[in-house]
Amino acid sequence: MKYITLFIILFLLWLLLTLNLEGPNLIVGAVAALITMLVFGKHFLRDWYKFFQPRRYFWIIIYLGIFIWECIKANFDVAYRVLSPKMPIKPGIVRVKSTLKTDIAKTFLANSITMTPGTITVDVVDDDFFIHWIYVSSSDPDVYTQKVMGRFEKYIKRIFE
Amino acid sequence: MIIDIMLYILIAMSFFCFIRILFGPSMADRMVAIDIFGILVVGVCGILVVKTGRMFLIDIAIAWIILSFIATITLAKYLVGKKLDE
Amino acid sequence: MNSISNIFFIIGIAFDLFGCIGLLRLPDVYNRLQSATKSVTLGTCSILLGLLLRYGFTAVGVKALLAIPLLFFSATVAAHALIRGSYKFGIKLSDKTVVDDYKDVKK
Repeated sequence: MKYITLFIILFLLWLLLTLNLEGPNLIVGAVAALITMLVFGKHFLRDWYKFFQPRRYFWIIIYLGIFIWECIKANFDVAYRVLSPKMPIKPGIVRVKSTLKTDIAKTFLANSITMTPGTITVDVVDDDFFIHWIYVSSSDPDVYTQKVMGRFEKYIKRIFE
Repeated sequence: MIIDIMLYILIAMSFFCFIRILFGPSMADRMVAIDIFGILVVGVCGILVVKTGRMFLIDIAIAWIILSFIATITLAKYLVGKKLDE
Repeated sequence: MNSISNIFFIIGIAFDLFGCIGLLRLPDVYNRLQSATKSVTLGTCSILLGLLLRYGFTAVGVKALLAIPLLFFSATVAAHALIRGSYKFGIKLSDKTVVDDYKDVKK
């Protein structure tokens, strides 16, 4: 079943990349997806059934909206820091604890933190995220945990767990 | 006209990256500049689609994203000093 | 439609420019990676979005739309690998750094 899910995703990706519904194209896509499935199938996600639960897609759409808004807002912040002559930066590496359990959720949280300008994930050790921050605004762990990942964590928990 | 100006600005920014590659104080600075250069080339391909009207350039952009990703991962692995098959 | 797509191109090129200025100005590798990778990635995504607006859902537009998540994931993973690699390589943090929690982690 895991293999079939991977096959469906790969075949849809092929159709989107070629935008062509003729016979030979479909056969080539099916063969390519089959080979890729046989080679990489055993590395795919263990809990494949989450792909067929519609409420997760609803949360993904809401999460995308919040993420894009945060991304644009924070990019202007970094542009201000780069362009101003005094360069108001105060960099540092902080340790942040997360409550997420599965690996895929941790991966997406780390990617979201990296994509929000101002913070970048250096390493993930068990539950601890080490984050390089361009402007460390407080020294209290609760405050900066909320600032760095409080916006994303609850949505990612609803999407992936 | 405006497309030409955008193209010139993008190429000027690639020269910024070359400055960092030439004079970067350490090896990691040069690798960061190479990574940024790879992403800029994708933007150049996107603008060139509009300028020349040749549609295959977007395929080159997608292939370039994947190639520059693999190159950066290889360079980072080299920086850590481990074996590549780990 | 062409003028809207031109606006997206201009926004994208402005963000690219900020990223490259940051690449030249900021003091150490970590801060350069901060400004450069993310601003340049968002700028290039904006250029690809302008391409989608100009050509609609034809072959070029759909490929540009597919390139956006690909660019997002590859750029984030590459930045993560580079910053971890340069820390393990032993490059010093700059003088302005206020806190470093990562140094007492078991290598």
